[in-house]
Amino acid sequence: MDAFLHQVLAGLATGGIYASLALALVMIYQATHLVNFAQGEMAMFATYLAWSLLNAGVPYWPAFLLTIGIAFVGGILIERVVVRPVENSPVLAIVVVFIALLVILNSVAGWIYTYTLKSFPSPFPEQSSFKFMSPHEIGAIGITLVVLAALYAFFRFTPLGLAMRAAAQNPESARLVGIRVGWMLALGWGLAAAIGAVAGMMVAPIVYLDPNMMGGVLLYAFAAALVGGIDSPGGAVFGGFLVGVLENVLGAFVIGNELKLSVALILIIGVLLVKPSGFFGKVHVTRV
Amino acid sequence: MKKNIFLIVVLLGVACVLPFLVSNYRTFQLTLVLVYAIALLGLNILTGYSGQISLGHGAFYALGAYCAAILMDKAGLPYWATLPAAGAVCFVAGFLFGLPALRLEGLYLALATFALGVAMPQLLKYHHLEKWTGGVQGIVIPKPEAPFGLPLNADQWLYFFTLAVMLAMFLLGWNLLRGRVGRALTAIRDHAIAAEAMGVHNALYKSTAFGVSALYTGVAGALGAIAVQFVAPDSFNIFLSIVFLVGIVVGGLASISGALYGALFIQFVPNIADEISKAAPWAVFGIFMIGFVYLMPTGVAGAVRLLLARRKSP
Repeated sequence: MDAFLHQVLAGLATGGIYASLALALVMIYQATHLVNFAQGEMAMFATYLAWSLLNAGVPYWPAFLLTIGIAFVGGILIERVVVRPVENSPVLAIVVVFIALLVILNSVAGWIYTYTLKSFPSPFPEQSSFKFMSPHEIGAIGITLVVLAALYAFFRFTPLGLAMRAAAQNPESARLVGIRVGWMLALGWGLAAAIGAVAGMMVAPIVYLDPNMMGGVLLYAFAAALVGGIDSPGGAVFGGFLVGVLENVLGAFVIGNELKLSVALILIIGVLLVKPSGFFGKVHVTRV
Repeated sequence: MKKNIFLIVVLLGVACVLPFLVSNYRTFQLTLVLVYAIALLGLNILTGYSGQISLGHGAFYALGAYCAAILMDKAGLPYWATLPAAGAVCFVAGFLFGLPALRLEGLYLALATFALGVAMPQLLKYHHLEKWTGGVQGIVIPKPEAPFGLPLNADQWLYFFTLAVMLAMFLLGWNLLRGRVGRALTAIRDHAIAAEAMGVHNALYKSTAFGVSALYTGVAGALGAIAVQFVAPDSFNIFLSIVFLVGIVVGGLASISGALYGALFIQFVPNIADEISKAAPWAVFGIFMIGFVYLMPTGVAGAVRLLLARRKSP
């Protein structure tokens, strides 16, 4: 029983990280109806920047905030420079551009920082009094919840959040009432990049820093976003925790650790087949 | 048309002479170009012609490669006999994967196949399959020698063998795509509902396209395994699938000759870029992908077509 509880709680901790990244995916999906394949590599790159800052002697929390800021600006830049020209292209062109972004970020990180594993510090203390979870795991869950609360407050209570929701829901009408829809999309990308950066900095102490560290995490985040419903932020968080727990419990007790990624594969295909809108997503009807 | 046939004959002549002029290593690289060309034609049937995006074709390539390796290593089959087997297995696997994929469009299919591509190395390492797959170590297979006492060394023989297979596959592909089936696939890509209204059986065509595409890629995988003489799980990661995507984007979507241009690109450009840095090939790939999408969406094949058309009508 103890072992089971331990796996569930550890699953919740990694689930928090998947939830953050899934939230970033949903962010971009809501604004543009695109799935950003480069989300994981953007987060990885931001984490490397944080590592550079820490190595330059910046204390953890200022470096943490600074990285989020840089990622935010970077996300906006990527939207403006790379994504905008293909906004209205066929899906294939957009997917190709995202995959291109993925490999460029991956190789540039490898180029600058080499492919050797680097350890990344955790801001939380080493020892804990709670026997089932390490302080980093508790901290990761806490930070996910803080990010979620902040986002909820932003979209619910600020005029800018309202404008962004309007731009995502009905671009034409939003434009008519004076919202600059293009910039709202860019802002969405910036926010997504910032959330991804948080996820990256939380996962790096667990998996170590290397250019390919987000490959698996991104897959789980996809699964999480789909399980929760790709257009539902709350669903993404729920899905993240669920996928984290499922992955850990199934990996530990049922199928073994070597097939963990297949859990994500089966979840993705299963959800898409059985209930493509996920648990909390909207069902879309297309008229001929 | 006459001009085209003349051009193809000249190209074939060059292809036949080439292995006698260059080193064995270059011949091996050229063999891989032919292998990639088959794989790219397969992906192009699916993504270029029928508009279903696959980011996981490396998985079918891996399946074909493992089929060949296991049949040669465990069942003692000769190398040439493994190709039809690999093709058949991949056709079935592709068809089955295509059935659920029917319900997935555009981005979602890209997501599902991306997941397949990422998960594939793990599946190949699965320890209950180790008896056949050799686990992380993979399988080493012997190099075929030239039969009937032909005056060719092993590399040259394999090159000509691959060339023959490629020509057969391209001929089949050309016949398939220029006729009724090709038109049906393009119609589905451009407007699925209209195609359905015209009497095209969307589900059947789409899943068959998936199967045929996997068959091509699987045969390529088998040939690739024989050429490299080795299969291991980590050589079939998601980046292999992305390489194929780069190949069809650069070569030209929905174009048969594009597969060849794309294959040349993915074989030789990394070699050149490698001299700058280990990471450089991927940066170059990425920049080329974005560049082609922005500036030359029809790829090299489209540009060649345009040049030829311009010369014809001055």
